Amino acid sequence: MTKYTDTGKKDTRSGFGAGLLEAGKADSRIVALTADLKGSLKMNAFADAFPERFIQCGIAEANMVGVAAGLAITGKIPFIGSFAEFVTGRVYDQLRQEVAYGRTNVKIASSHAGITLGEDGATHQTMEDIALMRALPEMVVLAPCDYNETLQATLAAARWEGPVYLRFGRPAVPNFTPEDRPFEIGKAWVMNEGKDVSIIACGHLVWEALQAAQELEAEGISAEVVNMATIKPLDEEALLATAAKTGALVVAEEHNMAGGLGEAVAGVLARRQPAWVEFVNGADRFGQSGTPSALMAAYGLDAQHLVAAAKRALARKK
Amino acid sequence: MQSHEQLKIIATQVRRDILRMVCMAKSGHPGGSMSSADFLTALYFNEMKHDPATWTRDGKGQDMFILSAGHLTPVYYSILARYGYFPVKDLATFRQMGTLLQGHPSIRGGVKGIFQTSGSLGQGLSAAAGLALGKKLDGDGERVFCLCGDGESEEGQIWEAGMFAVHHHLDNLVAMTDWNGQQIDGPVSAVAGEGDLAAKWESWGWQVIVADGHDFASIEQAFSLARANQGSGKPVMILFQSDMGHGVDFMAGTHKWHGSVPKPEQLEDALRQLGETPLGDF
Repeated sequence: MTKYTDTGKKDTRSGFGAGLLEAGKADSRIVALTADLKGSLKMNAFADAFPERFIQCGIAEANMVGVAAGLAITGKIPFIGSFAEFVTGRVYDQLRQEVAYGRTNVKIASSHAGITLGEDGATHQTMEDIALMRALPEMVVLAPCDYNETLQATLAAARWEGPVYLRFGRPAVPNFTPEDRPFEIGKAWVMNEGKDVSIIACGHLVWEALQAAQELEAEGISAEVVNMATIKPLDEEALLATAAKTGALVVAEEHNMAGGLGEAVAGVLARRQPAWVEFVNGADRFGQSGTPSALMAAYGLDAQHLVAAAKRALARKK
Repeated sequence: MQSHEQLKIIATQVRRDILRMVCMAKSGHPGGSMSSADFLTALYFNEMKHDPATWTRDGKGQDMFILSAGHLTPVYYSILARYGYFPVKDLATFRQMGTLLQGHPSIRGGVKGIFQTSGSLGQGLSAAAGLALGKKLDGDGERVFCLCGDGESEEGQIWEAGMFAVHHHLDNLVAMTDWNGQQIDGPVSAVAGEGDLAAKWESWGWQVIVADGHDFASIEQAFSLARANQGSGKPVMILFQSDMGHGVDFMAGTHKWHGSVPKPEQLEDALRQLGETPLGDF
Protein backbone atom coordinates (compact mmCIF):
# COMPACT_ATOMS: atom_id res chain seq x y z
CA MET A 1 0.00 0.00 0.00
CA THR A 2 1.33 3.40 -0.97
CA LYS A 3 2.17 5.33 2.15
CA TYR A 4 0.83 8.83 2.75
CA THR A 5 1.78 10.72 5.87
CA ASP A 6 -0.18 13.50 7.47
CA THR A 7 2.41 16.26 7.80
CA GLY A 8 0.18 18.25 10.14
CA LYS A 9 -3.43 19.29 9.93
CA LYS A 10 -4.24 22.34 7.83
CA ASP A 11 -7.42 23.75 6.38
CA THR A 12 -7.84 23.55 2.63
CA ARG A 13 -8.99 27.20 2.51
CA SER A 14 -5.50 28.21 3.66
CA GLY A 15 -4.18 26.26 0.70
CA PHE A 16 -6.40 28.44 -1.46
CA GLY A 17 -5.14 31.61 0.23
CA ALA A 18 -1.51 30.59 -0.32
CA GLY A 19 -2.24 29.61 -3.91
CA LEU A 20 -4.01 32.90 -4.58
CA LEU A 21 -1.01 34.85 -3.33
CA GLU A 22 1.38 32.78 -5.42
CA ALA A 23 -0.80 33.10 -8.53
CA GLY A 24 -1.13 36.83 -7.91
CA LYS A 25 2.64 37.23 -7.78
CA ALA A 26 3.04 35.36 -11.06
CA ASP A 27 0.28 37.15 -12.96
CA SER A 28 -0.75 40.78 -12.46
CA ARG A 29 -4.10 40.13 -14.15
CA ILE A 30 -5.30 38.23 -11.09
CA VAL A 31 -7.73 40.11 -8.86
CA ALA A 32 -9.64 38.86 -5.82
CA LEU A 33 -13.17 39.77 -4.75
CA THR A 34 -15.06 38.83 -1.63
CA ALA A 35 -18.41 39.55 -0.05
CA ASP A 36 -17.27 40.43 3.47
CA LEU A 37 -15.41 37.15 4.01
CA LYS A 38 -11.80 38.12 3.39
CA GLY A 39 -10.53 36.42 6.53
CA SER A 40 -12.65 33.29 6.15
CA LEU A 41 -11.42 32.87 2.56
CA LYS A 42 -7.78 33.48 3.66
CA MET A 43 -7.45 36.36 1.22
CA ASN A 44 -5.59 38.57 3.69
CA ALA A 45 -2.11 37.90 2.33
CA PHE A 46 -3.22 38.66 -1.23
CA ALA A 47 -5.05 41.81 -0.10
CA ASP A 48 -1.97 43.01 1.80
CA ALA A 49 0.36 42.30 -1.12
CA PHE A 50 -1.91 43.75 -3.81
CA PRO A 51 -4.35 46.22 -2.23
CA GLU A 52 -5.46 47.66 -5.60
CA ARG A 53 -6.24 44.19 -6.88
CA PHE A 54 -8.34 43.20 -3.88
CA ILE A 55 -11.97 44.29 -4.22
CA GLN A 56 -14.21 44.23 -1.20
CA CYS A 57 -17.82 43.92 -2.39
CA GLY A 58 -19.66 43.89 0.91
CA ILE A 59 -22.47 41.44 1.60
CA ALA A 60 -23.80 41.57 -1.95
CA GLU A 61 -22.83 38.34 -3.70
CA ALA A 62 -24.98 38.86 -6.78
CA ASN A 63 -23.28 42.15 -7.55
CA MET A 64 -19.88 40.57 -6.87
CA VAL A 65 -20.46 37.99 -9.62
CA GLY A 66 -21.41 40.69 -12.13
CA VAL A 67 -18.47 42.91 -11.20
CA ALA A 68 -16.14 39.93 -11.60
CA ALA A 69 -17.57 39.19 -15.03
CA GLY A 70 -17.02 42.81 -16.05
CA LEU A 71 -13.45 42.73 -14.78
CA ALA A 72 -12.84 39.50 -16.69
CA ILE A 73 -14.10 41.08 -19.92
CA THR A 74 -11.50 43.83 -19.52
CA GLY A 75 -8.79 41.17 -19.24
CA LYS A 76 -8.52 40.51 -15.51
CA ILE A 77 -8.61 37.04 -13.94
CA PRO A 78 -10.99 37.44 -11.00
CA PHE A 79 -11.30 35.01 -8.10
CA ILE A 80 -14.57 35.53 -6.24
CA GLY A 81 -14.73 34.06 -2.77
CA SER A 82 -17.47 33.28 -0.29
CA PHE A 83 -19.01 30.33 1.52
CA ALA A 84 -20.00 27.58 -0.91
CA GLU A 85 -23.72 28.15 -0.43
CA PHE A 86 -23.50 31.89 -1.04
CA VAL A 87 -21.28 31.62 -4.09
CA THR A 88 -23.44 28.96 -5.76
CA GLY A 89 -27.05 28.61 -4.65
CA ARG A 90 -27.50 32.26 -3.82
CA VAL A 91 -26.08 33.42 -7.15
CA TYR A 92 -26.87 30.53 -9.46
CA ASP A 93 -28.51 32.73 -12.07
CA GLN A 94 -25.71 35.30 -11.99
CA LEU A 95 -23.13 32.54 -12.48
CA ARG A 96 -25.21 31.05 -15.27
CA GLN A 97 -25.71 34.33 -17.16
CA GLU A 98 -22.61 36.36 -16.46
CA VAL A 99 -19.96 33.68 -16.08
CA ALA A 100 -20.98 30.46 -17.83
CA TYR A 101 -23.14 31.66 -20.74
CA GLY A 102 -21.19 34.93 -20.87
CA ARG A 103 -18.00 32.86 -21.01
CA THR A 104 -16.03 35.11 -18.68
CA ASN A 105 -12.76 33.99 -17.13
CA VAL A 106 -14.03 34.02 -13.54
CA LYS A 107 -12.82 31.61 -10.84
CA ILE A 108 -15.30 30.76 -8.11
CA ALA A 109 -13.53 30.14 -4.81
CA SER A 110 -15.97 28.18 -2.71
CA SER A 111 -15.04 27.74 0.92
CA HIS A 112 -16.74 26.04 3.88
CA ALA A 113 -18.32 23.51 1.49
CA GLY A 114 -20.28 20.56 2.84
CA ILE A 115 -21.27 19.73 6.40
CA THR A 116 -17.75 20.25 7.79
CA LEU A 117 -18.63 23.94 7.95
CA GLY A 118 -19.89 22.68 11.28
CA GLU A 119 -21.59 24.61 14.02
CA ASP A 120 -23.37 27.24 11.88
CA GLY A 121 -25.73 24.50 10.75
CA ALA A 122 -27.70 23.66 7.63
CA THR A 123 -28.36 27.24 6.49
CA HIS A 124 -24.65 27.59 5.74
CA GLN A 125 -23.80 23.98 4.86
CA THR A 126 -24.36 23.28 1.21
CA MET A 127 -24.44 19.68 0.04
CA GLU A 128 -25.84 20.70 -3.36
CA ASP A 129 -23.19 22.96 -4.86
CA ILE A 130 -21.44 20.37 -7.02
CA ALA A 131 -24.78 19.50 -8.60
CA LEU A 132 -25.50 23.13 -9.42
CA MET A 133 -22.07 23.79 -10.88
CA ARG A 134 -21.92 20.52 -12.83
CA ALA A 135 -25.19 21.46 -14.51
CA LEU A 136 -23.68 24.59 -16.03
CA PRO A 137 -22.34 23.98 -19.55
CA GLU A 138 -18.53 24.21 -19.80
CA MET A 139 -18.03 24.84 -16.08
CA VAL A 140 -14.92 23.16 -14.66
CA VAL A 141 -15.58 21.69 -11.20
CA LEU A 142 -12.69 20.97 -8.83
CA ALA A 143 -12.72 19.54 -5.30
CA PRO A 144 -9.14 19.06 -4.05
CA CYS A 145 -8.46 17.00 -0.93
CA ASP A 146 -5.94 18.80 1.27
CA TYR A 147 -3.93 21.99 1.75
CA ASN A 148 -1.21 21.13 -0.75
CA GLU A 149 -3.59 19.98 -3.45
CA THR A 150 -5.86 23.00 -2.97
CA LEU A 151 -2.88 25.30 -3.38
CA GLN A 152 -1.91 23.55 -6.61
CA ALA A 153 -5.52 23.48 -7.84
CA THR A 154 -5.71 27.24 -7.28
CA LEU A 155 -2.66 27.72 -9.50
CA ALA A 156 -4.19 25.42 -12.13
CA ALA A 157 -7.48 27.35 -12.00
CA ALA A 158 -5.59 30.61 -12.51
CA ARG A 159 -3.89 29.19 -15.60
CA TRP A 160 -7.09 27.69 -17.07
CA GLU A 161 -8.83 29.80 -19.69
CA GLY A 162 -12.51 29.89 -18.66
CA PRO A 163 -14.81 29.56 -15.65
CA VAL A 164 -13.70 27.27 -12.82
CA TYR A 165 -15.54 26.24 -9.66
CA LEU A 166 -13.01 25.47 -6.92
CA ARG A 167 -14.49 23.80 -3.84
CA PHE A 168 -12.70 23.55 -0.51
CA GLY A 169 -13.46 23.52 3.18
CA ARG A 170 -13.24 25.05 6.61
CA PRO A 171 -11.73 22.60 9.12
CA ALA A 172 -8.11 21.63 9.60
CA VAL A 173 -7.66 18.20 8.02
CA PRO A 174 -4.66 15.96 7.28
CA ASN A 175 -2.20 17.38 4.76
CA PHE A 176 -0.74 14.38 2.99
CA THR A 177 -0.20 15.02 -0.72
CA PRO A 178 3.22 16.14 -2.02
CA GLU A 179 3.90 19.84 -1.71
CA ASP A 180 4.91 20.43 -5.31
CA ARG A 181 2.74 18.04 -7.31
CA PRO A 182 1.26 20.11 -10.16
CA PHE A 183 -2.51 19.88 -10.40
CA GLU A 184 -3.72 18.78 -13.80
CA ILE A 185 -7.35 19.66 -14.51
CA GLY A 186 -9.24 16.68 -15.90
CA LYS A 187 -6.80 14.05 -14.66
CA ALA A 188 -7.66 11.52 -11.97
CA TRP A 189 -4.91 10.43 -9.59
CA VAL A 190 -4.63 6.78 -8.64
CA MET A 191 -3.22 7.22 -5.15
CA ASN A 192 -3.18 3.54 -4.30
CA GLU A 193 -3.18 0.61 -6.68
CA GLY A 194 -5.56 -2.24 -5.83
CA LYS A 195 -7.39 -5.09 -7.52
CA ASP A 196 -10.52 -5.99 -5.56
CA VAL A 197 -12.47 -2.77 -5.17
CA SER A 198 -12.08 0.87 -6.22
CA ILE A 199 -12.79 3.84 -4.00
CA ILE A 200 -13.35 7.02 -6.01
CA ALA A 201 -13.29 10.08 -3.77
CA CYS A 202 -12.93 13.83 -3.76
CA GLY A 203 -12.31 16.51 -1.15
CA HIS A 204 -12.19 15.54 2.51
CA LEU A 205 -13.17 11.96 1.66
CA VAL A 206 -9.85 11.17 -0.04
CA TRP A 207 -8.00 10.87 3.28
CA GLU A 208 -10.80 8.72 4.63
CA ALA A 209 -10.55 6.54 1.52
CA LEU A 210 -6.83 5.98 2.16
CA GLN A 211 -7.56 5.05 5.78
CA ALA A 212 -10.26 2.68 4.61
CA ALA A 213 -7.88 1.07 2.11
CA GLN A 214 -5.44 0.39 4.94
CA GLU A 215 -8.13 -1.26 7.04
CA LEU A 216 -9.28 -3.30 4.07
CA GLU A 217 -5.71 -4.39 3.37
CA ALA A 218 -5.46 -5.69 6.93
CA GLU A 219 -8.47 -7.85 6.13
CA GLY A 220 -6.90 -9.08 2.89
CA ILE A 221 -8.90 -6.84 0.55
CA SER A 222 -6.95 -4.84 -2.02
CA ALA A 223 -8.54 -1.44 -2.55
CA GLU A 224 -7.63 1.00 -5.30
CA VAL A 225 -8.00 4.64 -4.28
CA VAL A 226 -8.67 7.20 -6.99
CA ASN A 227 -8.58 10.88 -6.12
CA MET A 228 -11.14 12.43 -8.48
CA ALA A 229 -10.36 16.05 -7.71
CA THR A 230 -11.69 17.13 -11.10
CA ILE A 231 -15.39 16.33 -11.11
CA LYS A 232 -15.96 18.04 -14.45
CA PRO A 233 -14.58 17.31 -16.99
CA LEU A 234 -14.50 13.81 -15.52
CA ASP A 235 -11.51 11.61 -16.36
CA GLU A 236 -13.58 8.87 -17.99
CA GLU A 237 -10.62 6.79 -19.14
CA ALA A 238 -9.16 6.59 -15.64
CA LEU A 239 -12.58 5.66 -14.32
CA LEU A 240 -13.08 2.93 -16.90
CA ALA A 241 -9.59 1.59 -16.23
CA THR A 242 -10.17 1.15 -12.51
CA ALA A 243 -13.68 -0.21 -13.10
CA ALA A 244 -12.30 -2.79 -15.54
CA LYS A 245 -9.65 -3.75 -13.01
CA THR A 246 -11.84 -4.22 -9.93
CA GLY A 247 -15.43 -4.43 -11.18
CA ALA A 248 -16.69 -2.98 -7.90
CA LEU A 249 -16.69 0.69 -6.95
CA VAL A 250 -17.43 3.01 -4.06
CA VAL A 251 -17.88 6.72 -4.74
CA ALA A 252 -17.40 9.01 -1.75
CA GLU A 253 -18.11 12.70 -1.40
CA GLU A 254 -19.19 15.31 1.12
CA HIS A 255 -22.23 16.17 -0.95
CA ASN A 256 -25.72 14.87 -1.50
CA MET A 257 -26.49 12.06 -3.93
CA ALA A 258 -28.32 14.22 -6.46
CA GLY A 259 -25.93 15.59 -9.02
CA GLY A 260 -22.73 14.81 -7.19
CA LEU A 261 -19.58 12.90 -8.09
CA GLY A 262 -21.45 9.63 -7.49
CA GLU A 263 -24.01 10.32 -10.18
CA ALA A 264 -21.32 11.61 -12.51
CA VAL A 265 -19.42 8.32 -12.13
CA ALA A 266 -22.59 6.23 -12.42
CA GLY A 267 -23.54 8.06 -15.58
CA VAL A 268 -20.26 7.22 -17.27
CA LEU A 269 -20.36 3.59 -16.17
CA ALA A 270 -23.98 3.15 -17.27
CA ARG A 271 -23.14 4.53 -20.68
CA ARG A 272 -19.83 2.82 -21.30
CA GLN A 273 -19.06 -0.07 -18.97
CA PRO A 274 -21.60 -1.12 -16.31
CA ALA A 275 -20.21 -2.01 -12.89
CA TRP A 276 -21.48 -2.30 -9.32
CA VAL A 277 -21.35 1.01 -7.46
CA GLU A 278 -21.93 1.83 -3.80
CA PHE A 279 -22.37 5.44 -2.73
CA VAL A 280 -21.05 7.16 0.36
CA ASN A 281 -22.55 10.63 0.50
CA GLY A 282 -25.05 12.81 2.33
CA ALA A 283 -27.97 11.04 0.63
CA ASP A 284 -30.87 13.49 0.37
CA ARG A 285 -30.56 15.47 3.57
CA PHE A 286 -29.79 18.86 5.06
CA GLY A 287 -26.98 19.22 7.57
CA GLN A 288 -27.16 20.42 11.17
CA SER A 289 -25.02 22.02 13.86
CA GLY A 290 -22.13 20.03 15.29
CA THR A 291 -18.39 19.64 15.11
CA PRO A 292 -17.06 18.65 11.69
CA SER A 293 -15.86 15.23 12.85
CA ALA A 294 -19.09 14.45 14.71
CA LEU A 295 -21.10 15.43 11.65
CA MET A 296 -18.98 13.36 9.27
CA ALA A 297 -19.46 10.30 11.48
CA ALA A 298 -23.17 10.93 11.90
CA TYR A 299 -23.68 11.30 8.15
CA GLY A 300 -21.63 8.21 7.41
CA LEU A 301 -18.79 10.06 5.74
CA ASP A 302 -15.73 8.41 7.30
CA ALA A 303 -13.32 5.52 6.81
CA GLN A 304 -15.47 3.13 8.81
CA HIS A 305 -18.45 3.64 6.51
CA LEU A 306 -16.19 3.41 3.46
CA VAL A 307 -14.94 0.00 4.61
CA ALA A 308 -18.52 -1.22 4.94
CA ALA A 309 -19.44 0.18 1.54
CA ALA A 310 -16.41 -1.48 -0.07
CA LYS A 311 -17.46 -4.82 1.35
CA ARG A 312 -21.00 -4.34 0.04
CA ALA A 313 -19.62 -3.58 -3.42
CA LEU A 314 -17.42 -6.67 -3.28
CA ALA A 315 -20.31 -8.87 -2.19
CA ARG A 316 -22.41 -7.70 -5.14
CA LYS A 317 -19.63 -8.51 -7.57
CA LYS A 318 -19.51 -12.15 -6.51
CA MET B 1 -21.27 64.75 -35.03
CA GLN B 2 -24.79 64.29 -36.32
CA SER B 3 -27.17 67.23 -36.24
CA HIS B 4 -30.42 66.84 -34.33
CA GLU B 5 -32.18 66.56 -37.70
CA GLN B 6 -29.86 63.75 -38.74
CA LEU B 7 -30.33 61.99 -35.39
CA LYS B 8 -34.09 62.24 -35.88
CA ILE B 9 -33.79 60.54 -39.28
CA ILE B 10 -31.63 57.74 -37.86
CA ALA B 11 -33.95 57.23 -34.89
CA THR B 12 -36.93 57.06 -37.23
CA GLN B 13 -35.20 54.42 -39.30
CA VAL B 14 -34.31 52.57 -36.09
CA ARG B 15 -38.00 52.57 -35.12
CA ARG B 16 -38.91 51.19 -38.54
CA ASP B 17 -36.26 48.49 -38.06
CA ILE B 18 -37.61 47.65 -34.59
CA LEU B 19 -41.15 47.13 -35.83
CA ARG B 20 -40.14 45.20 -38.95
CA MET B 21 -37.78 42.97 -36.92
CA VAL B 22 -40.35 41.99 -34.31
CA CYS B 23 -43.00 41.47 -36.98
CA MET B 24 -40.71 39.22 -39.03
CA ALA B 25 -39.76 37.26 -35.91
CA LYS B 26 -43.35 37.34 -34.63
CA SER B 27 -41.83 38.02 -31.21
CA GLY B 28 -39.72 40.54 -29.36
CA HIS B 29 -40.06 43.72 -27.35
CA PRO B 30 -40.98 46.82 -29.34
CA GLY B 31 -42.33 49.07 -26.53
CA GLY B 32 -39.13 49.77 -24.59
CA SER B 33 -37.09 49.64 -27.79
CA MET B 34 -39.07 52.60 -29.09
CA SER B 35 -38.94 54.54 -25.83
CA SER B 36 -35.14 54.27 -25.75
CA ALA B 37 -34.51 54.71 -29.50
CA ASP B 38 -33.79 58.45 -29.42
CA PHE B 39 -31.25 58.63 -26.60
CA LEU B 40 -29.53 55.40 -27.65
CA THR B 41 -29.18 56.76 -31.17
CA ALA B 42 -27.66 59.94 -29.77
CA LEU B 43 -25.39 57.87 -27.50
CA TYR B 44 -23.99 55.70 -30.28
CA PHE B 45 -23.82 58.33 -33.03
CA ASN B 46 -22.68 61.35 -31.04
CA GLU B 47 -21.48 60.54 -27.55
CA MET B 48 -19.61 57.25 -27.26
CA LYS B 49 -16.02 56.95 -28.35
CA HIS B 50 -16.10 53.76 -30.34
CA ASP B 51 -15.19 52.24 -33.68
CA PRO B 52 -16.55 49.01 -35.16
CA ALA B 53 -13.36 48.56 -37.19
CA THR B 54 -11.15 48.20 -34.12
CA TRP B 55 -13.76 46.79 -31.73
CA THR B 56 -12.70 44.01 -29.36
CA ARG B 57 -14.67 42.48 -26.50
CA ASP B 58 -12.19 43.76 -23.92
CA GLY B 59 -13.11 47.33 -24.93
CA LYS B 60 -9.51 48.54 -24.99
CA GLY B 61 -9.28 52.17 -26.05
CA GLN B 62 -13.03 52.54 -26.50
CA ASP B 63 -16.12 53.36 -24.52
CA MET B 64 -18.21 50.32 -23.63
CA PHE B 65 -21.95 49.70 -23.39
CA ILE B 66 -24.00 47.13 -21.49
CA LEU B 67 -27.68 46.62 -22.25
CA SER B 68 -28.86 45.60 -18.80
CA ALA B 69 -32.47 45.64 -20.02
CA GLY B 70 -31.51 42.85 -22.39
CA HIS B 71 -34.94 42.47 -23.95
CA LEU B 72 -34.36 45.73 -25.83
CA THR B 73 -32.43 43.87 -28.53
CA PRO B 74 -34.50 45.32 -31.40
CA VAL B 75 -33.27 48.86 -30.77
CA TYR B 76 -29.79 47.65 -29.81
CA TYR B 77 -29.23 45.53 -32.91
CA SER B 78 -30.67 48.15 -35.21
CA ILE B 79 -28.35 50.84 -33.86
CA LEU B 80 -25.30 48.55 -33.97
CA ALA B 81 -26.09 47.64 -37.58
CA ARG B 82 -26.83 51.22 -38.61
CA TYR B 83 -23.51 52.30 -37.09
CA GLY B 84 -21.65 49.62 -39.04
CA TYR B 85 -21.00 46.83 -36.53
CA PHE B 86 -22.59 44.25 -38.85
CA PRO B 87 -24.59 44.29 -42.08
CA VAL B 88 -28.01 45.89 -41.84
CA LYS B 89 -29.51 42.95 -43.75
CA ASP B 90 -28.64 40.68 -40.79
CA LEU B 91 -31.48 42.34 -38.87
CA ALA B 92 -33.82 40.10 -40.88
CA THR B 93 -32.44 37.09 -38.98
CA PHE B 94 -33.45 38.46 -35.55
CA ARG B 95 -34.70 35.65 -33.29
CA GLN B 96 -34.66 33.12 -36.14
CA MET B 97 -33.18 29.65 -35.68
CA GLY B 98 -29.42 29.79 -36.19
CA THR B 99 -29.14 33.59 -35.93
CA LEU B 100 -26.33 35.42 -34.22
CA LEU B 101 -28.95 38.00 -33.20
CA GLN B 102 -30.43 36.05 -30.31
CA GLY B 103 -33.61 37.11 -28.52
CA HIS B 104 -31.42 38.57 -25.78
CA PRO B 105 -27.80 39.64 -26.29
CA SER B 106 -25.34 36.75 -26.45
CA ILE B 107 -21.59 36.85 -26.80
CA ARG B 108 -21.60 33.31 -28.16
CA GLY B 109 -21.87 34.29 -31.81
CA GLY B 110 -19.05 36.81 -31.55
CA VAL B 111 -21.29 39.63 -32.73
CA LYS B 112 -19.27 42.82 -32.84
CA GLY B 113 -20.48 45.43 -30.40
CA ILE B 114 -21.82 43.05 -27.77
CA PHE B 115 -19.63 43.02 -24.66
CA GLN B 116 -21.74 40.80 -22.45
CA THR B 117 -24.69 38.49 -22.35
CA SER B 118 -27.73 40.07 -20.68
CA GLY B 119 -31.45 39.69 -20.25
CA SER B 120 -31.89 38.12 -16.84
CA LEU B 121 -32.91 41.44 -15.35
CA GLY B 122 -31.00 43.39 -12.75
CA GLN B 123 -27.53 42.12 -13.60
CA GLY B 124 -26.11 44.46 -16.22
CA LEU B 125 -25.26 47.35 -13.93
CA SER B 126 -22.97 45.05 -11.94
CA ALA B 127 -21.17 43.96 -15.09
CA ALA B 128 -20.88 47.59 -16.18
CA ALA B 129 -19.41 48.45 -12.77
CA GLY B 130 -16.87 45.66 -13.29
CA LEU B 131 -15.94 47.07 -16.70
CA ALA B 132 -15.59 50.54 -15.20
CA LEU B 133 -13.41 49.22 -12.40
CA GLY B 134 -11.31 47.27 -14.90
CA LYS B 135 -10.74 50.45 -16.91
CA LYS B 136 -9.74 52.28 -13.73
CA LEU B 137 -7.28 49.52 -12.78
CA ASP B 138 -5.75 49.80 -16.26
CA GLY B 139 -5.60 53.59 -16.12
CA ASP B 140 -7.82 53.67 -19.20
CA GLY B 141 -9.71 56.96 -19.40
CA GLU B 142 -12.62 55.69 -21.49
CA ARG B 143 -16.11 55.34 -20.07
CA VAL B 144 -18.73 52.65 -19.59
CA PHE B 145 -22.42 53.18 -20.36
CA CYS B 146 -25.28 51.00 -19.20
CA LEU B 147 -29.01 51.03 -19.90
CA CYS B 148 -31.46 49.80 -17.27
CA GLY B 149 -35.23 49.75 -17.34
CA ASP B 150 -37.35 51.36 -14.65
CA GLY B 151 -39.26 48.10 -14.25
CA GLU B 152 -35.93 46.31 -14.11
CA SER B 153 -34.90 48.53 -11.22
CA GLU B 154 -37.24 46.56 -8.99
CA GLU B 155 -34.44 43.98 -8.90
CA GLY B 156 -32.39 44.24 -5.71
CA GLN B 157 -29.10 43.68 -7.49
CA ILE B 158 -29.45 47.04 -9.25
CA TRP B 159 -29.17 48.68 -5.85
CA GLU B 160 -26.25 46.47 -4.81
CA ALA B 161 -24.45 47.70 -7.90
CA GLY B 162 -25.55 51.23 -7.05
CA MET B 163 -23.86 51.00 -3.65
CA PHE B 164 -20.74 49.41 -5.13
CA ALA B 165 -20.23 52.03 -7.84
CA VAL B 166 -20.36 54.87 -5.32
CA HIS B 167 -18.10 53.11 -2.83
CA HIS B 168 -15.50 52.48 -5.54
CA HIS B 169 -15.78 56.01 -7.00
CA LEU B 170 -16.68 54.83 -10.49
CA ASP B 171 -17.03 58.25 -12.10
CA ASN B 172 -16.29 56.63 -15.47
CA LEU B 173 -19.64 54.85 -15.27
CA VAL B 174 -22.70 56.44 -16.87
CA ALA B 175 -25.90 54.53 -16.17
CA MET B 176 -29.13 55.40 -17.90
CA THR B 177 -32.68 54.44 -17.05
CA ASP B 178 -35.39 54.31 -19.68
CA TRP B 179 -37.96 55.89 -17.35
CA ASN B 180 -41.06 55.07 -19.36
CA GLY B 181 -43.19 54.12 -16.37
CA GLN B 182 -44.38 50.84 -17.89
CA GLN B 183 -43.61 47.16 -17.43
CA ILE B 184 -45.17 43.90 -18.64
CA ASP B 185 -48.01 43.75 -16.13
CA GLY B 186 -48.91 47.44 -16.20
CA PRO B 187 -47.69 50.85 -15.07
CA VAL B 188 -44.64 50.61 -12.79
CA SER B 189 -46.51 52.61 -10.16
CA ALA B 190 -49.28 50.01 -10.09
CA VAL B 191 -47.01 46.96 -10.19
CA ALA B 192 -44.39 47.75 -7.58
CA GLY B 193 -44.64 51.31 -6.31
CA GLU B 194 -41.04 52.04 -7.19
CA GLY B 195 -41.51 55.72 -6.35
CA ASP B 196 -39.23 58.60 -7.26
CA LEU B 197 -36.18 57.14 -8.95
CA ALA B 198 -34.41 60.52 -9.00
CA ALA B 199 -34.66 60.86 -5.21
CA LYS B 200 -33.62 57.25 -4.73
CA TRP B 201 -30.49 57.47 -6.87
CA GLU B 202 -29.56 60.80 -5.29
CA SER B 203 -29.84 59.31 -1.82
CA TRP B 204 -27.68 56.42 -3.02
CA GLY B 205 -24.92 58.94 -3.73
CA TRP B 206 -25.13 59.11 -7.52
CA GLN B 207 -24.97 62.23 -9.66
CA VAL B 208 -28.49 62.26 -11.07
CA ILE B 209 -29.54 63.94 -14.32
CA VAL B 210 -33.15 63.96 -15.48
CA ALA B 211 -33.75 64.53 -19.19
CA ASP B 212 -36.43 64.30 -21.85
CA GLY B 213 -35.66 61.06 -23.64
CA HIS B 214 -37.32 62.20 -26.85
CA ASP B 215 -35.81 65.70 -27.14
CA PHE B 216 -32.36 65.66 -28.74
CA ALA B 217 -31.41 69.01 -27.16
CA SER B 218 -32.26 67.67 -23.71
CA ILE B 219 -30.45 64.38 -24.45
CA GLU B 220 -27.36 66.25 -25.64
CA GLN B 221 -27.32 68.40 -22.54
CA ALA B 222 -27.61 65.33 -20.31
CA PHE B 223 -24.66 63.65 -21.99
CA SER B 224 -22.68 66.86 -21.75
CA LEU B 225 -23.31 67.06 -17.99
CA ALA B 226 -22.40 63.40 -17.63
CA ARG B 227 -19.14 63.99 -19.51
CA ALA B 228 -18.27 66.89 -17.22
CA ASN B 229 -18.88 64.68 -14.20
CA GLN B 230 -15.86 62.46 -14.90
CA GLY B 231 -13.30 63.22 -12.22
CA SER B 232 -15.92 63.97 -9.58
CA GLY B 233 -15.58 60.55 -7.96
CA LYS B 234 -19.29 59.83 -8.42
CA PRO B 235 -21.09 57.65 -10.95
CA VAL B 236 -23.83 59.25 -13.05
CA MET B 237 -27.42 58.14 -13.50
CA ILE B 238 -29.32 59.75 -16.37
CA LEU B 239 -33.06 59.22 -15.99
CA PHE B 240 -34.55 59.57 -19.44
CA GLN B 241 -38.25 60.35 -19.21
CA SER B 242 -39.81 58.56 -22.12
CA ASP B 243 -42.94 56.96 -23.56
CA MET B 244 -43.15 53.28 -24.20
CA GLY B 245 -43.95 52.76 -27.86
CA HIS B 246 -43.03 56.36 -28.72
CA GLY B 247 -43.51 57.35 -32.35
CA VAL B 248 -46.66 55.41 -33.18
CA ASP B 249 -49.96 56.70 -31.80
CA PHE B 250 -51.63 53.41 -30.98
CA MET B 251 -48.48 52.05 -29.28
CA ALA B 252 -47.50 55.08 -27.22
CA GLY B 253 -47.76 55.33 -23.45
CA THR B 254 -49.06 51.88 -22.65
CA HIS B 255 -47.51 48.70 -21.25
CA LYS B 256 -49.47 46.65 -23.78
CA TRP B 257 -46.67 46.87 -26.34
CA HIS B 258 -43.89 45.82 -23.96
CA GLY B 259 -43.64 42.39 -25.53
CA SER B 260 -46.42 42.29 -28.11
CA VAL B 261 -46.04 42.37 -31.87
CA PRO B 262 -48.21 44.45 -34.21
CA LYS B 263 -50.50 42.67 -36.66
CA PRO B 264 -49.68 43.16 -40.39
CA GLU B 265 -52.21 45.96 -40.83
CA GLN B 266 -50.98 47.62 -37.63
CA LEU B 267 -47.39 47.44 -38.92
CA GLU B 268 -48.47 49.09 -42.13
CA ASP B 269 -50.17 51.88 -40.18
CA ALA B 270 -47.14 52.29 -37.89
CA LEU B 271 -44.67 52.51 -40.77
CA ARG B 272 -46.91 55.08 -42.50
CA GLN B 273 -46.92 57.16 -39.30
CA LEU B 274 -43.13 57.00 -38.97
CA GLY B 275 -42.54 57.73 -42.62
CA GLU B 276 -39.71 56.52 -44.82
CA THR B 277 -36.13 57.76 -44.44
CA PRO B 278 -33.22 58.11 -46.90
CA LEU B 279 -31.46 55.31 -45.01
CA GLY B 280 -33.91 52.72 -46.30
CA ASP B 281 -35.28 49.56 -44.73
CA PHE B 282 -33.14 46.42 -44.31
